[in-house]
Amino acid sequence: MVSIDVNNASVAFPIFDAKSRSLKKKVLGKVGGKIGTEAKVPVIEALHDITLSLNEGERVALVGHNGAGKSTLLRLLSGIYEPTTGSCRISGKIAPIFDMGVGMDQEISGYENILIRGLYLGKSRREMEKRVDDIAEFTELGDYLQMPLRTYSTGMRVRLALGVVTSIDPEILLLDEGIGAVDDAFLKKARNRLADLVRRSGMLVFASHSDELLFELCTSAIWMDEGHIRAHGSLRDVIWQYKGYDPYQNMSAEGLERIGVNPAEVHRADNSLASEELATGSGSVAPDGAR
Amino acid sequence: MQATVEEKRAAAFAESSPRSLTRAFADLRDGFAARELWSHLGWQDIKQRYRRSVLGPFWITISQAVIALGLGLLYGVLFGQNFQTFLPYVLTGLITWTFIQNCLTEGMETFIANEGLIKHLPAPISIYTLRTVWRQFLMFAHNAIVYVVVVGIFFVNLSQPYATSDQDGICRPGLTCHPGLSWQWLLGLPGFILVILNMAWITMFFGIISTRFRDFPQLINAIVQLMFYLTPIVWPIDQLTSPAGPRHNLAHIVLPIIKLNPIYHLIQVVRAPFIGQVVSPWSYVVCGGMAIVGWFVTVFMMRNYRARISYWV
Repeated sequence: MVSIDVNNASVAFPIFDAKSRSLKKKVLGKVGGKIGTEAKVPVIEALHDITLSLNEGERVALVGHNGAGKSTLLRLLSGIYEPTTGSCRISGKIAPIFDMGVGMDQEISGYENILIRGLYLGKSRREMEKRVDDIAEFTELGDYLQMPLRTYSTGMRVRLALGVVTSIDPEILLLDEGIGAVDDAFLKKARNRLADLVRRSGMLVFASHSDELLFELCTSAIWMDEGHIRAHGSLRDVIWQYKGYDPYQNMSAEGLERIGVNPAEVHRADNSLASEELATGSGSVAPDGAR
Repeated sequence: MQATVEEKRAAAFAESSPRSLTRAFADLRDGFAARELWSHLGWQDIKQRYRRSVLGPFWITISQAVIALGLGLLYGVLFGQNFQTFLPYVLTGLITWTFIQNCLTEGMETFIANEGLIKHLPAPISIYTLRTVWRQFLMFAHNAIVYVVVVGIFFVNLSQPYATSDQDGICRPGLTCHPGLSWQWLLGLPGFILVILNMAWITMFFGIISTRFRDFPQLINAIVQLMFYLTPIVWPIDQLTSPAGPRHNLAHIVLPIIKLNPIYHLIQVVRAPFIGQVVSPWSYVVCGGMAIVGWFVTVFMMRNYRARISYWV
């Protein structure tokens, strides 16, 4: 059973400046009287009182401004950060792709990196060796896999990371923005594979600023704002609230068709809603009937 | 089978507080189970360091041989020691010391050095500790080649009762005599396992402290430098212990200090059997006791601060 249950969880980072990050204060502070105030380490509360329950088959988009807590939430969901208060229960095999550059060694070959990534994600060496050909084919990197990673472009790294993660059948896939760095042709391929992966088992949580990508991969959304969950609901509603306009409006007809929406219907609904808003003058109210 | 593992894992996560002993043990168990990962990473580290050099990791062997030969000659002459038996003494002491020193200095940096991985991939923190210790073990294995060669050369001198604190190395009354190499060298293996057990907790324990307090590694580094000279590694302890030795008059002051030095005991349980000397049972008691107490404290340290590592790095 794949699920993530977060209960009143907060994540707060202590920020140690060069001085307080030392024994000096702890040791010297005890000697002689108190000097000034006993200033505590400043804390940044990146996530505040998050309660969230995600289940099998959910495909969740994470939206929000920079610094709203999207990446921190992803790290909480992956188990990297254990909440400072509250709890977070994760069951299922997790595969995160956060930063394409990290967790990969610049000096060793693509093959080696595939192997190490796989070992990190709980596969054995033998299992990974079996998958290497499949990954090589999917990523289209071919002989490049023998080159050290530092010769790779960003897009090629994304290909590699996606190749590994999608080949090992994870149950929970956590993606941070950045997979946009690949070209369209590959994105299409990756999209299918990701969609396929999510359909087969698990769960996807995807942070991105690209509406089109979100709509293709996700069905629901969470809007993060200043470390809180501002809204959690269907993708179109949440994005509508977040951006203040209907996300379908700006999408190409082709894009809409790809996600299974009839372009004609969208524009009709759009017009009727717009006129409604004009009539009531409540433009900022969440459009509940948008779907 | 699979189901029970999953259930156990779910049960482990069900604990609401990150400060739990169950999760500290789960971290150690899962970390150890990921043998393929940390052994691969540890070996990768070594290959990486000697990348594109022709001799590769054998530079470890060569540099150890050069240092041991140089120090063996220098101190052998300075202290008037028998070179054939003093060189193996210096060498085995140095190899063991190098292992201990690197575990200390690199162990403290374990989590700091792996910051990127810790923040980007969920994994038990013990993986990084094991990676560091394994890397040092591989270095030790490379250094052991020098030992095999040196013992091969001086086997005649080492395989009979001998003394080091004299020019000719012959066992005479009034000198500290060593029984010489015998099957007892096998005792060096459990001795080394004791050292590894100790270095593993020290790496974890100091690693956690250093991640929080960045002055700590500097402090320890300063002490480690001093410990090298305080511990009988390049200077012969036999000069103190032999009744006829030139420094025997200092023994009543210096020996108790040496015996209070835990590093002396750690080195002794490995070095002595490998060069045909006798290990005092006290050395085993000290090393064993340190391992037990150390791991006990470390598990509690992990219980309280394991989950904080990703916040502190």
